[in-house]
Amino acid sequence: MIDASQVINSVLERHGRDGTRLMQILRETQESLNWLSPETITAIAAGVGWPRAKVEGTAGFYSFFHTQPRGKYRVLWSDNITDRMLGNMDLMQAMCKQLWLEPGHLSEDGLVSVETTSCTGLCDQGPAVLVNYRAIPRMTAERVEQMAELIRKEIPVADWPAEWFVIEDNIRRADILLGCVMAPGEALKVSLARGAEAAVEMASNERSWREAVHSADPGPSVTLDEIKKSGLRGRGGAGFTTGLKWEACRNAPTTGENATRYVICNADEGEPGTFKDRVLLTRQPDLVFEGMTVAAYVIGASKGYVYLRGEYRYLLEPLNALLARRREQSLLGKNILGRAGFDFDIEVHLGAGAYICGEESALIESLEGKRGVPRNRPPYPVTHGFLNQPTVVNNVETFAAAAMIAGRGGDWYRSFGTAKSAGTKILSISGDCERPGIYEYPFGVSVRQVLEECGAKNTQAVQISGPSGICIAPKEFDRRIAFEDIPTAGAFMVFDQSRDIFEVVRNFMHFFAHESCGFCTPCRVGTTLLKNLMDKIAAGHGTQYDLKEIHQLNSVLQISAHCGLGHTACNPLVHTLERFRPAYERRLKSLDFEPAFDLDAALSQARQMTGRDDADAHLSNELETVSEKA
Amino acid sequence: MMSDTFNIDGQEIPFTPGQSVMQAALTAGVFIPHLCYHPEFRPHGSCKLCTVKVNGRPASSCTLPAAAGMEVESNTPEILDKRRSLLQMLLVEGNHFCPSCEKSGNCQLQALGYELEVFTPHFNQFYPNRPVDASHPDILLDLNRCILCELCIRASAEVDGKNVFSLSGRGITKHLIVNAESGKLGDTDFALTDKAAQVCPVGVILPKRIGFAVPIGQRHYDAAPFSAHVDEFKPTAASQGERS
Repeated sequence: MIDASQVINSVLERHGRDGTRLMQILRETQESLNWLSPETITAIAAGVGWPRAKVEGTAGFYSFFHTQPRGKYRVLWSDNITDRMLGNMDLMQAMCKQLWLEPGHLSEDGLVSVETTSCTGLCDQGPAVLVNYRAIPRMTAERVEQMAELIRKEIPVADWPAEWFVIEDNIRRADILLGCVMAPGEALKVSLARGAEAAVEMASNERSWREAVHSADPGPSVTLDEIKKSGLRGRGGAGFTTGLKWEACRNAPTTGENATRYVICNADEGEPGTFKDRVLLTRQPDLVFEGMTVAAYVIGASKGYVYLRGEYRYLLEPLNALLARRREQSLLGKNILGRAGFDFDIEVHLGAGAYICGEESALIESLEGKRGVPRNRPPYPVTHGFLNQPTVVNNVETFAAAAMIAGRGGDWYRSFGTAKSAGTKILSISGDCERPGIYEYPFGVSVRQVLEECGAKNTQAVQISGPSGICIAPKEFDRRIAFEDIPTAGAFMVFDQSRDIFEVVRNFMHFFAHESCGFCTPCRVGTTLLKNLMDKIAAGHGTQYDLKEIHQLNSVLQISAHCGLGHTACNPLVHTLERFRPAYERRLKSLDFEPAFDLDAALSQARQMTGRDDADAHLSNELETVSEKA
Repeated sequence: MMSDTFNIDGQEIPFTPGQSVMQAALTAGVFIPHLCYHPEFRPHGSCKLCTVKVNGRPASSCTLPAAAGMEVESNTPEILDKRRSLLQMLLVEGNHFCPSCEKSGNCQLQALGYELEVFTPHFNQFYPNRPVDASHPDILLDLNRCILCELCIRASAEVDGKNVFSLSGRGITKHLIVNAESGKLGDTDFALTDKAAQVCPVGVILPKRIGFAVPIGQRHYDAAPFSAHVDEFKPTAASQGERS
């Protein structure tokens, strides 16, 4: 029997009883104790000196923390539309049947629960599951059967067949970034050398006034110039110019006792259909850490965090091992590469199942141990970020590109891509194509070329940059992947003519309703209203009135939502109503209005209690026809 | 030096640096609908009832710093339409039965509903299953009516120094919790005299045994609409310029 208080104490000790480390404290405690009981929450709150309710509030926000008892096994089926297209629902039902349980409910013996979770980033090798937060791709009917057997026999997940846990990289097209061969530390050495050169050349340069703020070393400034020259823009979707962000942070004053700056790598990759950061952190993690260290050098930061999504838990140990190696190589720690005062270290922070934490200010809140709620802005993180200090938050791919730029120069990078979109973009392609996986292209590539190269046939639609991005139809396939045409965080989901676009969108609306943080009224309630509307149409009760209602809700969300999640939640609906309206209209009744209250559905409990499901136990169609006429 | 001004629906509004659009408007006697705003606390920006358009772009007036020359649209048909939808969202999200609610007439949600002519809930009711907590000797906690404005949370933390309330859950399952392992208000150190017991804009935190001491019909918002009480919401010295 595990001694709970001993576990909690050792976890608290490991994290210095620091409340801002609450996410890791909760996760590590849960990994030992299986769930976070009321007593556990009380003990942790006392340990970090926070109000108990605040700790409970954080625990209650994240999908991967359990404040209710859960089974020894928790199977979560990734429920992105691409998993659905690969048959995840049938497999999940089969698994439930074999384990004698209902989805979402703990089995009677308290052994196992089976339910769905938002996209786990294994779209190119689905259907995927997480079992006790360990990722398993390529589920099949056979594997479901074997897994159910292992669960029934209570075999620990650690002893399950190792080949089940193998995650493929599936790199189909590598360009300068994925193909980059750079020795660890090279970009840093080049940056330092560039600074030394500049110091000689520009002993009394006009730049020196800026250096006075940080140090006498012109290196940070000339490295920043290379980043600016490169034209690099953020790869997380929004496309803010990286050089300007770094410069704003560098110029922002630090405050208080622990005055410093922070570098945060956003590896919360939660946008359904996106999995390129997972592959970057597997194949080019040195480059990512190097980019963070270059950023630290430029802005004068002493600490960096990688906010790794909880779904990528399996990457934690390899990344930590790599960080340890970089410390040994003097690429992290005190006096990096012998440069006095260049102190910087990186830590991996694991998320716990909340898409909203991909929003940079929500991410920072989460990193501080709080609920992942986006902040009011201004102020922005570059001036008031982590622990209220100036903070740079960039995407994984941005840091990797920044390392290359530091090593090879801004002009070199600028020579790839288009005039307004320098460099390359990594796409994560899934859905209806022969070769799903990772494709790196110079910016400016046409959608058509991408579709051809991934082996997509009879394509009906492509969802680019995930549900919050854009859905395009064949007549737009000559459009280009670039900030000036179609910007993207990387997701590229292909749907052929056999797919029902309505079901695609319905899946996305369920996603937004599940992932809304709930801070503001329009998003909290509006996303659920939209989800309900889609379910109503799916059930055959939709009318033209409901389509108009979608536009009203869209306008409310556009004008009043607190953050991008709310602003973009209607995008899939708006885009597909424009392009694929028949997908909706063929489901509509020809009525102007149909109440959401479904009389026949209301009788389902009575049917269940009486064990009946025959025609007479349902309201007849005849009756509905009569009411239609009336 | 003359103070700077901005413009709301054609009316010039003076402001002092650091004031939000909402604070400046209320100081000038111009009403902007709100529920999560309170003059004694830092602006929160979650209810979104105070949404306006500034130079054509939407913004929450409670969190937006006032700036000279801003053109603010507030009482336009477009914005009123959105505010009505927001109120209807709050009405269907919880369980609000005004005729049987002892806060009727003192409730800001109800008053704003009348003010903005919200005559139906429009959307389908969610009818959530929410508990009533009567464990405290002096105070009833009826979460059916909670609109998640977080005023009690802020009051308890910032004024009472007790942190009696917090939020748990996410999205539509987000809900108010209390600072006790049992989850019961009676097991906290909450007191009737706490600031947090006095700030609820709706009927969640109710002192026991005085429910109908003032009859319905003679209550705060029965005599005059919400907007006529604009003076009660003028910013205090303490809240001027302060923001999270």
